[in-house]
Amino acid sequence: MTRTTDLKTELINVLTNQNIEEIYQGALSELEKAETLEDVESLSVKYLGRKGLVTLYLRGLSALPPEERPLAGKRSNEVKIALEDSFAHAKTRCESQAEGADTGIDVTLPGRTVSAGRLHPLTQITQEICSIFTRLGFSIVEGPEIESDHYNFEALNIPKHHPARDMQDTFYISENTVLRTHTSPTQPRVMEKQAPPVRIIAPGKVYRCDSDITHTPMFHQVEGLLVDENVSFGDLKGILTTFVHQMFDKDTSLRFRPSFFPFTEPSAEVDIRCVICRGKGCRVCSHTGWLEVLGAGMVHPAVFENVGYDTKKYTGFAFGMGVERITMLKYGIDDIRKYFENDFRFLRQF
Amino acid sequence: MKVSLSWLREYVPVTMPTEELADALTMIGLEVDAIHNRFGSLDGVVVSRIVDIKPHPNADKLSLCQVDVGGEQMLSIVCGAPNAALGLVIPCALPGATLPNGITIKKGKLRGELSEGMLCSASELGLSLEKSGIMELETQAAPGTPLVQALGLNDATLELGVTPNRPDCLSIIGVAREVGAFSNPRSKVNYPSSDTAEPSKAYGKIGEYTSVEILNPELCPRYAAQLVFDVKVGPSPFWLQDRLISVGLKPINNIVDVTNFIMMETGQPLHAFDFDRLAQNRIIVRAASDGESFTTLDNKAHTLDREMLMICDGEKPVALAGVMGGLNSEIQEDTTRVLIESAYFNPSCIRKTSKKTALSTDAAYRFERGIDPEGTIYAVNRAASLITTLGKGNLVDGVIDEYPAPIALREIIMSVKAVNKRLGTDLKRDEIKACLEAIELAVAVVDDDTLRVVPPPFRVDIERPEDLSEEVARIWGYNQIKTTFPPIPAEAVEPTPNIEVKNTIRNLFTGFGFYETINYSFIHQSCCDRMRLPENDPRRALIDIMNPLSEDQSVMRTSLVPGLLQNVQHNNSRQVRDLSLFEIGKVFYKKAEGELSDEVEMFAGVITGTPREQAWHSKERPCDFYDLKGVLEGFFKAIFLDKIVFEPLLSDDCHYLRKGYSAKLSVNGAAIGTMGKIHQEVIDAFDIRQDVFLFEINLKELVTLVNNERTALPIPRYPFVSRDVTLVCSEHVKAGDLLSCIRQSNEKLVETARLIDLYTGEPIPAGKKSLSFRITYRDQEKTLKDKDVNKVHTRITEMLLAQFDAGLSG
Repeated sequence: MTRTTDLKTELINVLTNQNIEEIYQGALSELEKAETLEDVESLSVKYLGRKGLVTLYLRGLSALPPEERPLAGKRSNEVKIALEDSFAHAKTRCESQAEGADTGIDVTLPGRTVSAGRLHPLTQITQEICSIFTRLGFSIVEGPEIESDHYNFEALNIPKHHPARDMQDTFYISENTVLRTHTSPTQPRVMEKQAPPVRIIAPGKVYRCDSDITHTPMFHQVEGLLVDENVSFGDLKGILTTFVHQMFDKDTSLRFRPSFFPFTEPSAEVDIRCVICRGKGCRVCSHTGWLEVLGAGMVHPAVFENVGYDTKKYTGFAFGMGVERITMLKYGIDDIRKYFENDFRFLRQF
Repeated sequence: MKVSLSWLREYVPVTMPTEELADALTMIGLEVDAIHNRFGSLDGVVVSRIVDIKPHPNADKLSLCQVDVGGEQMLSIVCGAPNAALGLVIPCALPGATLPNGITIKKGKLRGELSEGMLCSASELGLSLEKSGIMELETQAAPGTPLVQALGLNDATLELGVTPNRPDCLSIIGVAREVGAFSNPRSKVNYPSSDTAEPSKAYGKIGEYTSVEILNPELCPRYAAQLVFDVKVGPSPFWLQDRLISVGLKPINNIVDVTNFIMMETGQPLHAFDFDRLAQNRIIVRAASDGESFTTLDNKAHTLDREMLMICDGEKPVALAGVMGGLNSEIQEDTTRVLIESAYFNPSCIRKTSKKTALSTDAAYRFERGIDPEGTIYAVNRAASLITTLGKGNLVDGVIDEYPAPIALREIIMSVKAVNKRLGTDLKRDEIKACLEAIELAVAVVDDDTLRVVPPPFRVDIERPEDLSEEVARIWGYNQIKTTFPPIPAEAVEPTPNIEVKNTIRNLFTGFGFYETINYSFIHQSCCDRMRLPENDPRRALIDIMNPLSEDQSVMRTSLVPGLLQNVQHNNSRQVRDLSLFEIGKVFYKKAEGELSDEVEMFAGVITGTPREQAWHSKERPCDFYDLKGVLEGFFKAIFLDKIVFEPLLSDDCHYLRKGYSAKLSVNGAAIGTMGKIHQEVIDAFDIRQDVFLFEINLKELVTLVNNERTALPIPRYPFVSRDVTLVCSEHVKAGDLLSCIRQSNEKLVETARLIDLYTGEPIPAGKKSLSFRITYRDQEKTLKDKDVNKVHTRITEMLLAQFDAGLSG
């Protein structure tokens, strides 16, 4: 006998011997008696499984005379749906009953770990700085790290043979090519291409030939430049105060004091109240209560002249900060060289 | 620049406490880096008296003293000074005291005898150079009185960070001017008189003895000289030595000490020549000739060039102008006649000379920044008078002053409105005038808005109205300027694709479990060899740093690989073996002469060790190629880049990767990166002991491929049907080829195709492998019927069987 005839015989048996209502009632009464999930499961197989009674009944409908088929089909489907519902309820009932006795799984077993990595602390702080300034309407630009003497010095009012060059120990590639000593060359580079208003920040790597516990030959700066009509030193104070309050907190006070950068006039060094000791004096602030975090000033007219800006019409300010320094303050890092060792035990902390 | 308070007080009243003074100096632009209590190291040194003295039993030159230090007990002290004697009142350092020379006094035994302190010489206490014996005190103070109190020693030194634009503050008088400007009330500097000594009647006018000739006035605009005869060279008096010591200079002899003293006082460097060693007793100032050689008084020979300036006598060079004198004319013990030079040299000439000869002296430091061209006569007069007094000499009447083209004073017209606009202040004309006058600028009112300002000649930094705005702000006080805000423009900031992509990479890779590293942009030259780069590899076009700090950092990197491998080595050697690291950074290639470098931003990463630690649910296993490839596939998928192809790497493509275990990443045939297993020789060369898998991608290329525009597609309304097929084919067949064959089969019902199993071994014959694919089919228009799916699935199966010479399993 083939499998097909076998199935057919079975179907006819079901149809002739039982009607759907009997099957339904039978299922409900058996289900009522079911006490465990296993009971429900086996009943589910008996009635709704691939060879379950309801399933077979439905498949066997084609054997009925055509005029009986629609009604029987409709009713059978209703029964099937009703039973599926009843089985779901019975399952929930049994599960609730079982809950009391079930010891469950060991939830203290460690999960299958999915671990995230971390960004380098310097990247995190750079992103934070950039985010503060982009919220203030600054756009981010980048510049070359190998820079001409022109952009790194001359265009910034630092002529050759000027003692101001001593302020930065320069790595030379050739007589007129250097590793940029600051991010300030982005200032003339941007201004040459863009008419005012200008509102940019430029994060990036810079290089100086210096190496000890507080200096590494490569480090990171973020430069800022804002040029427009009627920009004042007061505005510079405003922007930097907002920055410091966002970067540290609103209770961090600032002080501006005169300094010297050949490309700004007036120039200022910006100190913040020591974030470690709150001004009481500690090792980090060399017991002064203040931390130097920014250099800034009004753009020197010579810099504007070099890029063809009208010094009568436009004024602007520029500022620069060391990312390593700010990161050290944020995280209490004591040795700048740790940034570039990339020791996993260091990187994982931030 | 060091300034001692007691010296400063000679020129300006200082009433505020030291801390406050330091703060005020900092706030006016002269940053105080440190405050030293000059006699702080004398804590623990007291007045004492020798009450008993006898020879040391075991040493001829030592004596045993009983010393009264004010306590109940006398101290036993072993002393080696020849002048130790009964009743002598001397300074005694008690146990625990640390002297200026760094010695900490301890109780101990000297040649078997107890010594409970130390009797000190003036030199040991840093009070003078006198060290021939213990310091004999002429004091009424009782034994036990602290020495600083007994001698009235109370002085502090401030260490100032003077910025290069303020050479005028490289002198005590210059600092005093600033102090006067912020003192309340403001006070003017009390300039000491410069002609305290009378010219000697025994001699004639200076012109009868010497002359000065300037051959290169562009390099030496002014040269003044004075003569003092019949001097006696010897040590300076205590007050003069003390002044020099207080600012960190070493006393030498009374003549040289005076020139240094006047330099520190006025900022004008001076030089004293032994007049009798000047051939023809005259001075000629001229540029050096190329190749000329000269020995400076530190006994070093230098080769000169025409950009340098020489001071010569009638025959030969005697000094390297503005930098250092010569050995052949320096003051000696038997010098009796002195010529004092007080000149103004061209700043950049001195700077070049100082740089080229690597001689950085106090004089050059000042000349190269620019001294007061009008200060030469005052300084030389003052020095000559002082030498005459201290050296008991005779001052020759008159001064030689060669100043062929006097330097004109600058006149700057400034607008009150413009200053206020620049600063954001609302200062009145007269407030601005008062600020400028406080620091000795001459200010004349032109009209309500206009001032005519003449800066004094010592303010070489003030050239334009903007410079004056800084002076106003400085004196007014930076912190008095109101905080304001520039208007924020309405237009939004354009995002920069490069930065956006980098941030996306960072987000995704940290999510994938990678840690970001930042390595130096410079590497060791040997990295190319260690990476097995062939001779013609573009990455060998290294850019050299002319003045590297070390060999390890002497060339710019052309790859991120060495840095990452060094990170692996560093961590491995510290017991951290499982690592997933990435870095984004620039590499630098040499370009044609005259051009800047080619800077390319790269993105690279490594994995090594075990991707997942041994746990209760899984076994530990070493990471492999597919761990890294999976990360990259996940990354490309996340940024919607579906055109990336991984192709087997040929042996010539990338020498640091192992052939057969590495792939080239390309898009439309253009390579954007490589990935794979690091070659064993490279692993060895970087001193690593485990397998490392690495990728390096050209970020610039990647950025051009990223497209952030998306268009929503309808969500499928009809169900998919999936069918599996298992093939047995030669082990050389590439799974990727089978997958692309399915995907590119032109069967439009095919939605996805995945490899779900790979098997070799029994019962699959040797040389063959079994591959199972799961293909999903979907029709966008209707629910698929089995027979339609079967038809397509059969077509695809048959195509695979034919194209790859495969058979069905089982």
